[in-house]
Amino acid sequence: MSAPIAPAARAPQTPLARVASDFVANPVAVFGAALFLFILLLAVFAPLISPQNPYDLAQLDVMDSRLEPGSKAPGGGTFWLGTDDQGRDMLSAIFYGLRISLGVGAASTLFALCIGLTLGLTAAYFGGRVETLIMRIVDIQLSFPAILIALILIAVLGQGIGKVIAALVTIQWAYYARTVRSAAMVEKRREYIEAARCLALSPARIVFRHLLPNCLPPLIVVATVQVAAAIALEATLSFLGLGLPITEPSLGLLIANGYQYLLSGKYWISFFPGIALLCTIVSINLVADQLRDVLNPRLSR
Amino acid sequence: MLVFIIRRSLQSVLVLFVMSLLVFVGVYAVGNPIDILINPQADQIDRERAIAALGLDRSLPEQYGGFLLGALRGDLGRSFVHSTPALALILERMPATLELAFTAMLIAVLLGIPLGLWAGLRPNGIAGRTIMAGSILGFSLPTFWVGLMLIMVFSVMLGWLPSNGRGPTTLLFGLLPVSFLSLEGWSHLVMPATNLALFKLALLIRLTRAGAREALLQDYVKFARAKGLSNARVIGVHVLRNILIPIVTVIGLEFGSVIAFAIVTESVFAWPGMGKLLIDSINVLDRPVIVAYLLVIVFLFIVINLVVDVLYSALDPRVRLSESRG
Repeated sequence: MSAPIAPAARAPQTPLARVASDFVANPVAVFGAALFLFILLLAVFAPLISPQNPYDLAQLDVMDSRLEPGSKAPGGGTFWLGTDDQGRDMLSAIFYGLRISLGVGAASTLFALCIGLTLGLTAAYFGGRVETLIMRIVDIQLSFPAILIALILIAVLGQGIGKVIAALVTIQWAYYARTVRSAAMVEKRREYIEAARCLALSPARIVFRHLLPNCLPPLIVVATVQVAAAIALEATLSFLGLGLPITEPSLGLLIANGYQYLLSGKYWISFFPGIALLCTIVSINLVADQLRDVLNPRLSR
Repeated sequence: MLVFIIRRSLQSVLVLFVMSLLVFVGVYAVGNPIDILINPQADQIDRERAIAALGLDRSLPEQYGGFLLGALRGDLGRSFVHSTPALALILERMPATLELAFTAMLIAVLLGIPLGLWAGLRPNGIAGRTIMAGSILGFSLPTFWVGLMLIMVFSVMLGWLPSNGRGPTTLLFGLLPVSFLSLEGWSHLVMPATNLALFKLALLIRLTRAGAREALLQDYVKFARAKGLSNARVIGVHVLRNILIPIVTVIGLEFGSVIAFAIVTESVFAWPGMGKLLIDSINVLDRPVIVAYLLVIVFLFIVINLVVDVLYSALDPRVRLSESRG
């Protein structure tokens, strides 16, 4: 616009760089991102950093059960967060639980994203009956709360890690389909799509190489929020005893295990996994909140 | 208006029918209730008698047909476990859930709208920022864990409130058993209701704040101020009235989700409502109760959506129900 004072200093800013610089402008969001990265590292390196392998029965001793946080372990270490009813170190159990919770959240988001994306783009690009059918299913599904649909599906499918992921995917695809479709409806009227059509590119190429990249910003925001929602929902199902089996203890199951000891004042078995769950969800939501502002062109000053 | 209501009712019946088919077939696919309900030591004759008594020996279409005929007469089958009509079982538990949901919604509205207004009027003040941070926390806190922590603090550590159950109930109008008429009932009610309200509270704060911020920039607010109206009148009458429209819609629509989320809260606090009944029924594969619960919930949702739509047009004359003719 105006004549730049130092033309050499103004390197052309890529969209990614702009988003990144806008993102770090908010210290709270940076804190959220850092916290999430930290939790992710804990989950990935759980076997290396955990004081014990919580599922190796040889390392557990029932004599150590329900010890308070900070108790000395007979092996010389310290149970910083106490132990559960089987003498398991809570800190290690939380690290391993994070792996499962994050894994289930990520897997279900990924599958749901692929399905929702494809169906949403199909609906927007082709329109007509296909669109009516897909969007009607989305509308009906979104008019019921996620927890209710999850319970119905679990009641129908049964329990297990694959089935929980299937239930989460079934719930979430509708959010992506709706988001992608509304973004694509706007984008497909733009000139560049017309130009691509005039070049006689194949529909698949137009949809995936031209339409899709321009629908990504709102999709990223929804996906971030939905990862947090998926983790919370999985924890809720596991807490109700309808989610993951005892052999795959996610954070929700750890919290459920401590429920019966809570009334006798042994708070730590439920308390610390809950804090871990809370930090995970809060960190993701903080990132999502900032992404929403950064990626929304209407709000950019 | 009448055309709209009739059209929507017909649509609702169709949705109910489709849902009943989906749920019935879906639930039919789960395991075999016989293995759970019949003593494994029972001999063949006893087994067959029990299967015939439960109607499980017939084919799926036959079972569904029988179910549908019964449903039209208000009979949703008998519970395998309690041997009482499933619908009666659910209706018996319904007042407890509705009381919990209404109280939770009331807490959310009475706190959420003033807090949201406050944050919207002074978005950069300390109070406004604190309220918004609190609402992010409210969105992120897993409901069931908050419930456990409430029990830990108020029941175990402080010993102020009972940790589970509904306590003694009083009959309202000689019909409905409710807790809120006695002090002891309140002591049972307040913790689960607060727990259930948290998520909706966070939602209402955000919605009210966003609405207030938007409304304050409008010309009619500037004009009202220019006329010299008091701040209280501008906010209380002009701003609030305009932002109430989306809020009422959300309150109505969210009421259904409060009833659904009550499943979790009821499980934590052992509140004897329909949600806890559903979880217990899923655990023992009590099919008729699961199906009946889901149909009752779908019915509730349809009624709520209809009422919200009608209320919406009554509150905002700009909205006409004309699209129903299209």
